[in-house]
Amino acid sequence: MKHPLRLAVAATFAALLCTGVPVRAQTPAPAAAPTVIKTASGALVHRYQLANGMTLIVKPDHRAPTAAHMVWVRVGGMDEVDGYSGLAHALEHMLFKGTDKLGVGEFSKRVAAMGGRENAFTTRDYTGYYQQIPSQRLEDVMALEADRFQHNKWSDDEFKREIEVVKEERRWRVEDNPRSALYEVISGVTYLASPYRRPVVGWMNDLDAMKPDDLREFYKRWYVPGNAAVVVAGDVDPQKVFQLAQKHYGSIPARAAPARKPQVEPAQAGIRRVEHKAPAEQSYVALSFKVPQLRSFDASPEADDAVALTVLSAVLDGYAGARLDRGLTQGPDRVADGAGSDNGLWGRGPQLFTLDGIPAPGKTTEQVEAALRGEVARIAREGVSEAELQRVKTQWIAGQVYKQDSVFNQANELGRLWAQELPLDAGDRIIDRLKGVTAAQVQAVAAKYFGDDQLTIGVLRPLPRDPNARPRAKPTGVRD
Amino acid sequence: MHKISFRLLGLLAAGFLASAPALAALPIQNWKQASGAQVYLVESKTIPMVDVRIEFDGGSRRDPATKSGLASVSAAMTSKGVRAAGNQPALDENQLGEAWADLGAGFGGDASEDRMSFSLRSLTDPKLLDQAVLLASRQLAEPSYPADVWARERDRISNAIKEADTRPGTVAAKAFNKAVFGTHPYGYEPTVESLAAIGVEDLRAFHAAHVMPCRAKVSVVGNVDRAQADTLVQRLLARLPQNGACPALPPVPEVSALAAPAVNAIPFQSAQAHVFIGQPGYKRSDPDYFPLLVGNYILGGSGLVSRLSDEVREKRGLAYSAYSYFAPGMHAGAFTLGLQTRPDQAAQAIKIARDVVADYVAKGPTAEEMKAAKDNLIGGFALRIDSNRKLLDNVAAIAWYGLPLNYLDTWTQQIEKVTLAEVRQAMARKLQPDRMVTVTVGAAPTTAAR
Repeated sequence: MKHPLRLAVAATFAALLCTGVPVRAQTPAPAAAPTVIKTASGALVHRYQLANGMTLIVKPDHRAPTAAHMVWVRVGGMDEVDGYSGLAHALEHMLFKGTDKLGVGEFSKRVAAMGGRENAFTTRDYTGYYQQIPSQRLEDVMALEADRFQHNKWSDDEFKREIEVVKEERRWRVEDNPRSALYEVISGVTYLASPYRRPVVGWMNDLDAMKPDDLREFYKRWYVPGNAAVVVAGDVDPQKVFQLAQKHYGSIPARAAPARKPQVEPAQAGIRRVEHKAPAEQSYVALSFKVPQLRSFDASPEADDAVALTVLSAVLDGYAGARLDRGLTQGPDRVADGAGSDNGLWGRGPQLFTLDGIPAPGKTTEQVEAALRGEVARIAREGVSEAELQRVKTQWIAGQVYKQDSVFNQANELGRLWAQELPLDAGDRIIDRLKGVTAAQVQAVAAKYFGDDQLTIGVLRPLPRDPNARPRAKPTGVRD
Repeated sequence: MHKISFRLLGLLAAGFLASAPALAALPIQNWKQASGAQVYLVESKTIPMVDVRIEFDGGSRRDPATKSGLASVSAAMTSKGVRAAGNQPALDENQLGEAWADLGAGFGGDASEDRMSFSLRSLTDPKLLDQAVLLASRQLAEPSYPADVWARERDRISNAIKEADTRPGTVAAKAFNKAVFGTHPYGYEPTVESLAAIGVEDLRAFHAAHVMPCRAKVSVVGNVDRAQADTLVQRLLARLPQNGACPALPPVPEVSALAAPAVNAIPFQSAQAHVFIGQPGYKRSDPDYFPLLVGNYILGGSGLVSRLSDEVREKRGLAYSAYSYFAPGMHAGAFTLGLQTRPDQAAQAIKIARDVVADYVAKGPTAEEMKAAKDNLIGGFALRIDSNRKLLDNVAAIAWYGLPLNYLDTWTQQIEKVTLAEVRQAMARKLQPDRMVTVTVGAAPTTAAR
C-alpha cells in the first residue's frame, strides 16, 4: 500500500500550527450525524456534510470487495460564457496533468497500480471524476483525488499539448459526426439566453483561443468544497468513509462558491427551423419541444406535467412495438428507418422533449416530422390505454431491481442527483410519481406542449462525399 | 470524457486476488443435461434477478461467403415473431415486444464471430420468471421468420450500412479487416449484396442447423439454486428438437499469416484521418495467452498509461485515443492498433506508433512496466467480476472455451507467474512489425503514402 500524500498532509498541519491557526482547526469535528435514506430495495444511503461545505454520499453494497469513488463538481458547460466555451471540459483533461506533488501522468499510474480503473466526464450540468477500485484502496484514491481537487498544477507547455488532444476529441465527436454536428446547431437556435446553447466540448475557435490562465481561473473559481460532492458506493462502512473523507477532503479550506446568475431562457413564440448539411447517406430530423422540468418533488402543475411527459415518451418509444415503432417504421409504406422520443425530465437548465427519426428511402424529413407529430396528436385526441400505462410502469419497476447490479451505476445516479440539486431518493420517488400518472394526464400533456410555438426543428441534409476530395485545409492557429 | 474506455476486447477477465483476504470464490457448478446441453451456474442470491446466456456454435464464422450477416440476422430476427404451437397462439413482433415489457424482462439474440448468443434477464419472482422462461423458450425454438418483416429489416440494415460507409472510421475498419483476414470468414462484412442474397428460408435453415440443445452452452448467474437452474434450462430448451447427440459441424479453416506488409491509403474528406495497423494475432487456446494479455496491457491496452497512449497522445497531443488489442477467439483474431488524428499529422502519428511497436517487440517491457501491469491486473481482478453481468460474461467464456472450472480462482496466479522473458518472447512470436498492414483513411495525400 502506498500512501503518497499522507506525509504531505501531516506537513500541512505542521505549517498551520506554526502560523497560529487556532487549535480547534485540527480537532476532529464531532462526528456529524448523517442523513440516512432508505431506498426501495432496502439499501441505505448516508449523506454527510463536511465542515468546509463539501457533501459526502455513501451507499454500502457488500456483494464484492470493490468500490466506486467519485468526485462531482457542480460545474459544466452551462457555467461558461461566450468566448470561453469548453473550459469545464478542458479543465477536466488538465486535472490528470499533475499537482504540486504529482507529475504529469502520475495520477493515472498510481490508480492503475492499485488495480483501479478511472476516467472523468463533463456535461452541461456537471463534471465528474471516478475510480473503480478494490475497496481496501479507498483511502489511497481519496488522497489522490483530494490532492488534485485543491492542488492541480501544470505548465503552459503541458496545456498546449493537451488542448490539441481536446481538439482531436472535438473533431471525432462533432466534426466527423453529422448528427452530433446537427445537435450542436439545434442547441444554438433552441436557446437564445440559456448557456445550454454552447457545446460542452467548446467551439473550435474558442479552443484555439483558450489560454492556460483561463483554465486556472476557472479551476480556482469553481473547484471549492461547497460546490462538490464525494460519492462512494460498494464494500465500505459509511462511518469509516466519513472519517477518511474528513481527513482527506475535510482539510481543504472552505471557500465560497461563486454566485450564479439566473440565465432564464425567454419564452419561445414561434417555430424555429434549422438545417445542417454534411456528408451522409441518410437524412435525419429532430423536433425539440420546450417542456417544464422537474425541480423538486413538491406538488406543482409543472412537476406533474414533467412526470406525465416522461410516461408519454415511454408510451411512444419505451419498448419494441411501442407506438413510434408501429406507426413509423413498419409496414410496406413505412415512413422511417428509425424513430425515437426522449423527455429531459430534470437537469440544471431548461429541458426538452425530443422526437427524432431517419426517413426511409424515398421518404422525406417532412413526412417523418408529420408522422412523429401525428403520433403525439393521436394520443392527445384518443388517449392511451391502461395496458400501455401499466406496461411502462412495470418496466420501470423491474428496472429499479436491475439497477442494483452495478455498484458504479448506483454511485453515478447518486452523484447526478446531487449535481442537479435533487433529493438522493429521487430514483425511488420518481418511480412512485410515475406509478401515479393517469391516462388522462398523459393525454393532457400530449395536447398541451406539442404546438409550434415552443418547437425547434433541425434537419440533416446529406451531402455526397467526394471520394477524391483533398482533406480540409488545416484549421488556422494550430501548432505543427 | 477524458479518455476512451479500456480496450479489453478479447481479454477474458478472471482469477482471484491472491493477496486479498476474505474473497471467497463463487463456485461455478457445471452439469450436462439429457438433451446434451451443458449448464454452468453461479448462484448469486442478493438481488431477485437472474441472467441466462445460451450459446451455440453459430457465429459469423459459419456464414457462407455470399451470405455474410446470416448468423447475425438469424439470431436477431427471432425477436420478430413466434409461430403458433400447441394451444399457444402466434405472436407478431409487436405482441412479442409488449409481452416482454409486460414481464419487465428481456430476451434477444445476436451473433459474434464465434458464437450465436441468446440472453435472458428476468426478475426471479416465480410467476414472472415462469412466464419469461416460457416466452423465451418459444422465441428460441419457434421463430416465425416472417418474410415481409425480413424484407423490411434487410432494407433498414442495408440503409444503415450505406450510412456507416460514409464515415471514415467504418471505411478504415472494413479495409483493415479485409487486409488482415483476406478470405477467412473473420473478414466477412455484411453488405447490401450479401443481405439481398439471404431469404427467410436461409434464416430457418441456419437456425435449424445450429440452435439445438445438444450444441447449447448455457450460463446462469443469479438468484436460483442448482435445482431451479436445471429446471429453468430444461424448460428453455424443451421446445427445440431433442436429438441427444449432434452431428459434427464442418471445420473452419485457420487464419493465414500475412506474407508481406501492405499499405492502403484511402483518400477521404474528413476532419480526422483514421489509422489502423495490425496483423492476425492468436487463438484463445494459445499457451501464450497470459503473457500476451500482460504484454498488450503495457503496449496499448491500459488507457492513458500504455506506451502507445503515452507517445502519441500524452507526449505529442496527436490523438484523443491511441490503443492496441488482440481479439483471440476460436481462430486468431486481429492484433489491432488504432488512432485518429488531424489529416496533416497522420504520417507523423503512424511513424511514432510503428516505432513503439517495433521497439517493444524487439526489446520487450521493462521490469518497471511488468510490475505496473501485474499490479493493475492482479489488484483489479475483483473489478472484473463485481456484478452479475460481468460474472455472466466470464462464466460464458469459461463454458465456451472449455476453460477449467477453477479458472477464476487461478487467474491472478497465472498473471503473477508471467515473466518478462515470456512476454518478450510471446510478443515476438506473435507480432512481426515488418509485415503488418497499415490502413489510413483521410490522411493528407502528400504524407500518407509512405
